[in-house]
Amino acid sequence: MIERTPVLNLATHAILVFGLVLILVPIWLAFVAATLTLQEVNSAPVEVWPGDQLLVNLREAWAQSAFGQKFVNTLIVATGVVLGKITLACITAFALVFFNFRGRMVIFWMIFITLMLPLEVRIVPTYAVAANALMPFQAILDATGLSWLITTLSGIEVALEWNLLNSYTGLILPLVATATGTFLYRQFFLTIPDELVEAARMDGAGPLRFLWDVLIPLSKTNIAALATIMFVYAWNQYLWPLLVITDRANYGMVVVQLSDLVPDQLTTGGGTPTWQLAMAATLVVMLPPILIVILMQRWFVRGLINTDK
Amino acid sequence: MRRACFKFSWIAAALLAPQLLIIFVFFYWPSAQALYWAFTLEQPWGGGNTWVGLENFRKVLSDPYYWSSVRVSVIYALATTVLAMSMALTLAVFVDRQLAGYRAYRVAIIWPYAVAAPAVGLAFQFVFNPGAGIFSYINAVAPGWWDLSRYPWQAVTAIVIAGAWKQVAYSFIFFLAALQSIPRSLTEAAAMDGARPLRRVLDLQLPLLTPTFFFLLVINITDSFTDSFGIVDTLTGGGPFRATDLMVYRIYADGFRGFDYSGAAAQSIILMLLVMALTFVQFRYVERRVHYT
Repeated sequence: MIERTPVLNLATHAILVFGLVLILVPIWLAFVAATLTLQEVNSAPVEVWPGDQLLVNLREAWAQSAFGQKFVNTLIVATGVVLGKITLACITAFALVFFNFRGRMVIFWMIFITLMLPLEVRIVPTYAVAANALMPFQAILDATGLSWLITTLSGIEVALEWNLLNSYTGLILPLVATATGTFLYRQFFLTIPDELVEAARMDGAGPLRFLWDVLIPLSKTNIAALATIMFVYAWNQYLWPLLVITDRANYGMVVVQLSDLVPDQLTTGGGTPTWQLAMAATLVVMLPPILIVILMQRWFVRGLINTDK
Repeated sequence: MRRACFKFSWIAAALLAPQLLIIFVFFYWPSAQALYWAFTLEQPWGGGNTWVGLENFRKVLSDPYYWSSVRVSVIYALATTVLAMSMALTLAVFVDRQLAGYRAYRVAIIWPYAVAAPAVGLAFQFVFNPGAGIFSYINAVAPGWWDLSRYPWQAVTAIVIAGAWKQVAYSFIFFLAALQSIPRSLTEAAAMDGARPLRRVLDLQLPLLTPTFFFLLVINITDSFTDSFGIVDTLTGGGPFRATDLMVYRIYADGFRGFDYSGAAAQSIILMLLVMALTFVQFRYVERRVHYT
C-alpha cells in the first residue's frame, strides 16, 4: 500500500465481502438443504440455517448411490490420468527439446493442434473409437490391402479388436490424449541452460540418465502443478464417462452419479423430491477436488497460468 | 535452437511413440472420422455409408431447431463471459490491493474452479427450484411466476448464472496474476505523480490488462461451448421446449439418443470450425500478449 486510504479500504472490504456472498450463497443453500429433513427441505420459503440431519442424509445418500466403489473408481481414473499425463508429457517434451532430428517441428505442431479441439467437440467419433481402439489400424490394413494379403498367405482372418467400453483404460486414455502438459514441460525444458546438458554429457550421461537424474528432480514443481490440474480435470469428467460406462455398478464415477440424482418426474415418480439427499451427494462429490485446490493452491495457480488451460 | 543436443536415436523415437500413437488413435482418427461421417449417410445398425456430399450440412442448417440451438449457445456464451469476467475483474482489482485478509479472499474466490459442472448444475437446480429454493419467496407472493420447467427465458437465465458462477474463478486467477505482475515501481511512480488509487486502476492497471482480457475473452467463449454440457444436463436437461439445447448438448442428443451419427457429425464439424476459428484468434492475441510484457 502506498498511501493511507481508510474510506477506500472499507469500500474494498465491503465489495469483496459482497462478492464472496454471491459466490458462497448457492453452495451454502446446497449445504443447508443437505442438513434438513424431507419435509423441511420442501417447505417454502427456503431454510437458511442448517438443521441437524447432515450425517443422516450423508449416510443415506452414500448408500443410495453406492458411492464406495465409485469413489475407488474415480480415484483410480484420476490417478491414472495424472500419472499417464505427467509421464507422457515429460518424455514427449524431452524428446522434442533435447533431440535434434528432422521433422521435429512437424511433430511439434501435430501435438500442438490437439489443444484446439476438446473432447466434447469430437465426442461421437471418439466414442466409436473407444468401442474398438484398434479400428484405425484395421481400417489401414484393409485399405492398403495388407489384411487381404495376410488372409491369402496365412489363411488367418485379420480382425483386430480392443473394446475399451466399460474399462478403466477406456476412461483414462482419451483424457490423456491432449497436449496440455506437454507444453508446460516444453517451456520448462527450454529454460534449462545448455551448459547443464554439456556438463552431463561430459560426465558420460546418456539422454535417459540426464532425464532421470537431472531433469526430473529439477521439474518437481512442474509435476506438482500438472498433477493438481489433471486431478481436478479427471475427477470432474462427466460426458465421457457417461457414455463409455454403462456398467455403473462396477466402473461408475462419482460425478456421473449426479445425473441420476436430479429430482424430477423420472427419479421421484411424482413423489416429493428428495433434495436433501441430492444435495448431500453433491457435497460429497465436489469435496475432494476442492480440498486439492485449496491445499495445493500455489502449484495449482502456477500450473494453470503456465499451461494456459 | 539448442547447441548441445543429443543425437537422434531409437531412444528419441521410443520416447515420442506413445504420445503420437495415442493422439493418432484418440484425436486424429476420430476427427477424420467425423469429417467422413459428415459427408456420408450411415445406417446406424451397419450396412455401409453412402456419399451424400453436403446433404447433411444442408439438412442441419435448414433445421430451425438447429438455429435456435445456435442462438441460445451464442447468448449463453456472451452472457456467461460478460458476467464472469466483469465479476472476476472487479474482485481481482480489489483483492490486488492486498489489504488484511487478502489470502483468505483469494482462496474463497478460487475454489469454485474445482467444482464439477454437473454439481454446479444440480446445486443451482435446487437454488432455482420453484418449490424449495430462493425463488420460493417470489412464488409465495406471486404463485407460479417462477418455474424453470415452464418458462424458457427463466431456464436460460438459470444456466447463464450457473455457468458464470463456474467461470469466475478461472478468470479471477488470470486477472490477479496479471495485476500482480505489474511492476511496483510503475504504481509508485504513478502515485508520486498524484494519481489516486481509482485513477491508477483506470489509467494504469486496466490498460496493462488488455492482453489478459482478450485472452480470457476467447478462452471463456470457447469453454462455454464445450464446458456447458454438465450444467445443462443436470440443470434443465435441454428443456423446456428445447430452450436450453446448447450445441454440444444437441450433438450428444442427436448422436446418442437419436442415433443420427451423420447429423451429429455435421454439427460437430461446424462446432470444430467455430472452436478452431476462436482458437486461431486466441493465438494471435497470445502472441500479442508475449510482446506486451
